[in-house]
Amino acid sequence: MTTIGALSAALRARKVSSVELTREALSRVKSAQRTLNAFITIDEQGALDAARAADAALARGDGGALTGIPIAHKDVLMTAGLRTTCASRMLERFVAPYDAHVVARLREAGTVLVGKTNMDEFAMGSSNENSFFGPACNPWNPACVPGGSSGGSAAAVAARLLPGSTGTDTGGSIRQPAALSGVSGLKPTYGVCSRYGLVAFASSLDTPGAFAQDAEGCALLLDAMAGHDDRDSTSLDRPREDYARELRAPSRAKPLAGLRVGLPREYSGEGVAAEVAAAVDAALTQLRALGATTVAVDLPRVKHSVPVYYVIAPAEASSNLSRFDGVRYGHRAERYADLADMYCRTRAEGFGAEVKRRILVGTYVLSHGYYDAYYLKAQQVRRLIAQDFARALAQCDVIVGPTTPTAAFAIGANADDPVQMYLNDIFTIAANLTGMPAMSIPCGFTSDALPIGLQIQGNYFDEARLLNVAHRYQQATDWHLRVPPGFEA
Amino acid sequence: MTWEIVIGIETHTQLSTASKIFSGASTAFGSAPNTQASAVDIALPGVLPVLNRAAVDRAIRFGLAVGGTINRRSVFARKNYFYPDLPKGYQVSQYERPIVRGGTLTFAMDDGERTVRLTRAHLEEDAGKSLHEGLPPALGDVSGIDLNRAGTPLLEIVSEPDLRSAAEAVAYAKSLHALVTWIGVCDGNLQQGNFRCDANVSVRHPGEPLGTRCEIKNLNSFRFLAQAIEFEARRQIDVVEDGGTVVQQTRLFDADRNETRPMRSKEDAQDYRYFPDPDLPPLDVDDAWIERVRAAMPELPAAMRTRLAADGISVYDAAQLTMSRALVDYYEAVCKALPATDSTARKLAANWVLGEFSAARNRDDIEIASSPVAPAQLAALLRRIADRTLSGKMAKDVFDALWRGEATGDAAADAIIERRGLRQISDTAAIEALVRQVIAGNPTIVAEFRAGREKAFNSLVGQVMKASKGKANPAQVNALLRRELGR
Repeated sequence: MTTIGALSAALRARKVSSVELTREALSRVKSAQRTLNAFITIDEQGALDAARAADAALARGDGGALTGIPIAHKDVLMTAGLRTTCASRMLERFVAPYDAHVVARLREAGTVLVGKTNMDEFAMGSSNENSFFGPACNPWNPACVPGGSSGGSAAAVAARLLPGSTGTDTGGSIRQPAALSGVSGLKPTYGVCSRYGLVAFASSLDTPGAFAQDAEGCALLLDAMAGHDDRDSTSLDRPREDYARELRAPSRAKPLAGLRVGLPREYSGEGVAAEVAAAVDAALTQLRALGATTVAVDLPRVKHSVPVYYVIAPAEASSNLSRFDGVRYGHRAERYADLADMYCRTRAEGFGAEVKRRILVGTYVLSHGYYDAYYLKAQQVRRLIAQDFARALAQCDVIVGPTTPTAAFAIGANADDPVQMYLNDIFTIAANLTGMPAMSIPCGFTSDALPIGLQIQGNYFDEARLLNVAHRYQQATDWHLRVPPGFEA
Repeated sequence: MTWEIVIGIETHTQLSTASKIFSGASTAFGSAPNTQASAVDIALPGVLPVLNRAAVDRAIRFGLAVGGTINRRSVFARKNYFYPDLPKGYQVSQYERPIVRGGTLTFAMDDGERTVRLTRAHLEEDAGKSLHEGLPPALGDVSGIDLNRAGTPLLEIVSEPDLRSAAEAVAYAKSLHALVTWIGVCDGNLQQGNFRCDANVSVRHPGEPLGTRCEIKNLNSFRFLAQAIEFEARRQIDVVEDGGTVVQQTRLFDADRNETRPMRSKEDAQDYRYFPDPDLPPLDVDDAWIERVRAAMPELPAAMRTRLAADGISVYDAAQLTMSRALVDYYEAVCKALPATDSTARKLAANWVLGEFSAARNRDDIEIASSPVAPAQLAALLRRIADRTLSGKMAKDVFDALWRGEATGDAAADAIIERRGLRQISDTAAIEALVRQVIAGNPTIVAEFRAGREKAFNSLVGQVMKASKGKANPAQVNALLRRELGR
């Protein structure tokens, strides 16, 4: 499977049919299940029906950029008639009666839904190990994690099972697995994509986004996903944008001339693996070669991102997950003594350890007498962090650095140390706290042949600029074209 | 030593919107269980709330009617607790920043007016209902959940502890009920639970600081409100007089036993973990919105009372009429249909609307909207009283016939008068003839009258009326009889 852009051209030129592409995708998805476990549900029949409809549209000349392109959705997005589990026992057999807004938009754009991808339970995790359906694995080394929480979506694109997929990003859940799996991943500005139908983890941070091999694929997916939704009060009503518009400009010798790249002092040094730092330095050299200039910037309060996040996100999660009570849908304990016992057993059985940990933390920080010290304080620091970014982005156009401190780690390596696990998100969390857009693209490999990710952050609604920077970098490099051994076409 | 009872009241008024506060589902009462619960109301995974601006309109209207401050920014918060009829596991309410702050409510008691300060009024969603009986036996020993009511918009109106007796509390609640129905923000249906009061009751010796309070939940009739407060105050006084201390508690009123019972105490009070709802941006209300609501505000009861009294009816009647918007609307429609609207005509209309009309409605338990006698029909009847076609007694008979629907149309009263031959005899010659006939035929009674027994006069009047089959104008009969007897 090549890129969305290339497949789109081939489909519209009638060089390949959507049914052919979809059959190939299904075959690759199924054969990779044993090694990668990237999928929770595969919808063979639905996919072929959608592919036939796409071919009919293409035959009529009605096809858009995404018509006939096979994709997968993270299993936290509601899909009408197809089960949505959130990788939890709680929703093991839950079939939604409706489509999430972004799912509906992608259907309308003609994409072919192949299945639902594996993830950390309720999107809580950075390794995809917290899945009721077992961990997903990294195509570059199946003993390693693909990252999380959108691990299955990243692994599926990395292994070329599909050209694109959706994810959600609450603290880095698109960008961190994109980095660890070696694909491009975009988290747009909060409010650009509707959250309706995204099973809420942390409402003020949750952001739907996309994975593809390259920036162009991310742009095409975002074109379809973005847009106002009056069912989501936090959805923004903005004029339609063509996110790939800057990508189509002809290549010049210095396509990034005039671009000011901000380098936060806080993003280098301690904690960043040497190989990661070296790959990021090489990428900066490349960006300068493309015409960009670099400028040092300060984000003095960004160091508080992780603790702020681990107050706000669990607080919201503890409330958001209260609806899973065994009363109306989902798992219910088989035996219980009374109502309180039914709640306790249902939730004890239905949720995994990490979800319970975060519900406990969130319940604690919202408790009477602790609210001001934790939740309120965290919200105040959140605003200060946003001020840091606003100030830095007055001096530069984009902020660039490593997406994660290290490359992929072995499955089980951080299992007993939640804090070490949480530090994986140290560079990604700030964009969720501020709501600003950010993406991760491949920028090299470790000596163990594991991918390294470059994070590009920008100001609100600057997705087109981020995508263009990534695209120009990808035109000059081939990291994003490397295929994990064993998954070649 | 005397005791003072201190009461504050929290009232949950259901706002009269067509759809719910955060979803498009209907709020109509009485549908089959769970047929008016959308994906949002049953809290499916992934759904989100969208605020119904019609609920905000009503909250603003209330705030303006009580002279409160409309907060330009208010915030929805989540109140977290588990209960089967609370689908999300939290209730969306307003906590630190309600939409309405302050305001007052003034009402009349027999010994004068009272003004109660309001603390706040905030928007929130109602929960569903748990059904513990009436379920199909085949289901076995289970409870049911009906989520039709879940998400229905409520305005919780909180008073300061300014009330000093059960009677004051009831007068406050009735006045509040009259106001919210008057301005059309709530239909006021008590049976359906659309107006429910919680009473905070404490006792103290006058001049002392406030005592420990107990909250009595969910009082859905004025009678229960009074009974619950009476019982609770007595209970607290007994506790203190026996040397004990009142424990802060939430209590339930048992109407069958006429007592309050503890529900939970402060120690096991739940920690609701309030925090701003991240799914709902702060509610910003600008001046234009407030002015739009103000422009659509109906004339308020106090202003209308003053106007009606100035137009010639008694202050008492004006107060009675303005207890209900529907009643005063009826009264004004009657006046409008009268040919002359001088103060005499208005007084007659007020007497009839508050008298015969209200009595018939109460007797048959009929809403004004479905009254069998339309304002124009009553006006046509009053016209026949004014032009002396009918005596008061005859008019009551015609009214009863109208109420039973014996004729239709605006001129129904005339049709009944015609059909029954009820036209009052005001022809002096005809009445004179009857008077002479009665005097001639009852020499003994006439003799008694002449001997000074005034009672005998009434007997003679009765004879004349009888001879006219009740149709003679009583005032004329009186006058002519005295004249004839005086000869």
